[in-house]
Amino acid sequence: MSYTLSEHESKRLLADAGLPVPEERLAADAAAAARAADALGYPVALKLCGRGIAHKTERGLVRLGLADPEAVRREAEDLLGLRRAGEESAQVLVGRMAGGSRELIAGLVRDPQFGPCVMLGLGGIFAEALGDVAFALAPLDPPDAEDLIGALQHAHLLDAFRGEPPVDRAALARLLVALGEVAAARPEIRSIDLNPLRIVDARPVVLDALVELEDGA
Amino acid sequence: MSDVLERLSPLFRPRGIVLAGVSSHPGKFGAVAFHNLLRFGFAGPIFPIKPDGAEVFGRPTLSEVSQVPDGAADLAFLCTPAKLNAGLLRACAAKGVRAAYVASGGYAEAGEDGRELERELVETAEELGVALAGPNGQGIVSTPVSMCAQIVAPYPPPGPLSMVSQSGNVGSSFMNYGCLTGVGYSKGISCGNAAQLEVAEFIEYYAEDPDTLATLVYLEGLEDGRRFAEVARAHALRKPLVVLRGGATRQGQRAASSHTGALASDDAVFDGVCRLAGAVRAASVEEAYEAAAAFATQPLPRGPRTLIVTAAGGWGVLTADACVRAGLELIELPDDLRRRIDGMVPSRWSGGNPIDLAGGETRDTIPEVLDLAAAHPEVDAVIYLGIGIQAAQANQFRSGPYYPDHGLDRIVDFHERQDGRYAQAASEASELHGKPVLVATDLALTDRDYGNSGPLGVQRSGRIVWPSGHRAVRTLSQMLRYSRWLSHRST
Repeated sequence: MSYTLSEHESKRLLADAGLPVPEERLAADAAAAARAADALGYPVALKLCGRGIAHKTERGLVRLGLADPEAVRREAEDLLGLRRAGEESAQVLVGRMAGGSRELIAGLVRDPQFGPCVMLGLGGIFAEALGDVAFALAPLDPPDAEDLIGALQHAHLLDAFRGEPPVDRAALARLLVALGEVAAARPEIRSIDLNPLRIVDARPVVLDALVELEDGA
Repeated sequence: MSDVLERLSPLFRPRGIVLAGVSSHPGKFGAVAFHNLLRFGFAGPIFPIKPDGAEVFGRPTLSEVSQVPDGAADLAFLCTPAKLNAGLLRACAAKGVRAAYVASGGYAEAGEDGRELERELVETAEELGVALAGPNGQGIVSTPVSMCAQIVAPYPPPGPLSMVSQSGNVGSSFMNYGCLTGVGYSKGISCGNAAQLEVAEFIEYYAEDPDTLATLVYLEGLEDGRRFAEVARAHALRKPLVVLRGGATRQGQRAASSHTGALASDDAVFDGVCRLAGAVRAASVEEAYEAAAAFATQPLPRGPRTLIVTAAGGWGVLTADACVRAGLELIELPDDLRRRIDGMVPSRWSGGNPIDLAGGETRDTIPEVLDLAAAHPEVDAVIYLGIGIQAAQANQFRSGPYYPDHGLDRIVDFHERQDGRYAQAASEASELHGKPVLVATDLALTDRDYGNSGPLGVQRSGRIVWPSGHRAVRTLSQMLRYSRWLSHRST
């Protein structure tokens, strides 16, 4: 069996591997959440964050676009009240709202026949419904990563789009290469989801992440 | 000689063959294999083994392997019951045999006892240093030595393709297309249970084999996916590899607690493996064969700029749609080309791409237009539609009640000669200008019985005719993908 790291732990692991993760803070209570928001700048997003917590949107554990300390305190209090049995140690993750609109999904999976594979797809909430994804064996070199980007059916969405500049493909390729390197460096990792991978100012940023580890790792 | 060529040489280019399990009953595997080896004139001695030494097909047999002259055979083809084969392998190796193909069933496919026999067979082969193909396979074909060591048909004409298949019958289908179109095979093998030699080894062999210009692979499962990815890539860097995979839509038993895991179907991952390895994936036997035959007989397109030349409107319209959908670039007809054609035919021609001459062509128009199209620097590939329609009418004249009177004899000769010339012109333009020229007509299917001079002419030029514009477009887009992969990888 396996278990998942918290979003915050997942992101720290990915940041250490060189992936672009936004600055975020964990807060144990409402007052700490408001202090974190003050320090990061408004508006902010709050999420309940703890091991084994997945499907946050479905459970109503994400609060977006909070513009002042009062709203942050209120929503943080509410989120902490939604902890279930076994989630007592969960905290509130405070991050600044990110710009941009285009969302990708990237990930790592260990295929039973081919071993570690990196995935890239059109993402966010529509990822599985669209199914526009492509895979490459890990580790990948930069040309492999470029090829993976080009393999998306709708790769043209990465061009200039509705007033946003074209995606920095080299930055996206570096992210994919780094993700592939994680597979070799951390054999205990069973899978990784970066979803969404938001394009902010042309570059990919990991807005949410889930790292799944083998039990006993 | 490289290691793999050396190791598999007795399998594909044996000096002589020991054939065990020969029977006087023509329904038995051993009799069929013996017949097929004789029938197609294997270029070496055959030593049929039959315990009673009785004649089969009027030929004497040997009652024991020990009677085979030392060093006269390097391949053993076994159709004997599974429990005898390890012993036979030993006896054959003592006579100098270095490779074996085991057609017999009763191994891993037949349960636990069979699995044990298969383990014993592999251990024996490894101890003896014998390269082992099968068991439970259909056989091997190698046209350079006229070898049809198979327990079923077909035996394809010699040609530039080679194939390896995890299914005997799909392997037959690959080869049947060679029989149909004339673009044939150098080598083919059915892996059977692949107890020792697997698909990966044969891909490595074909990559090195100078007689193979393109390789076809049929796969269902892989023991070692990484090894496949490596040998496929090494092959694709040297020559094209076309892969047909069965079971691609099977849902894997995958723990999917992540989105990535849920999206990582066997098919999606395998697609990524092929894309990076430069292996061309096909969705059906005919698509795979057509791609491989094109790779082996036509130059690669350097880009997507496609020009369609058609004898009639509708085919051109449909094929133009297919080009656009496949991501090929249906170019604007270049001005200089338009002016040249303006000077050749009446003004009712299309004036654009597709070039539809609307029946305004005379004796030399089509050969000239094909040459101009392939020669043009803004054109990467040409699709030519509608060859054979004149010859088809000629056949109606010839077989009808008015022939040869009323001038029909002269027009029949003219039409048939013309379509033959068009076929030749398509191939000459392609070779002269180093660009693919794909010829498509459904007459390739319908007019086989009397040999329509259009499609037959294409076959005589050593190429295939696509049965529709859509299928030609599909092949062209696969050629383009491979060409791009290759140029991307070699820079």
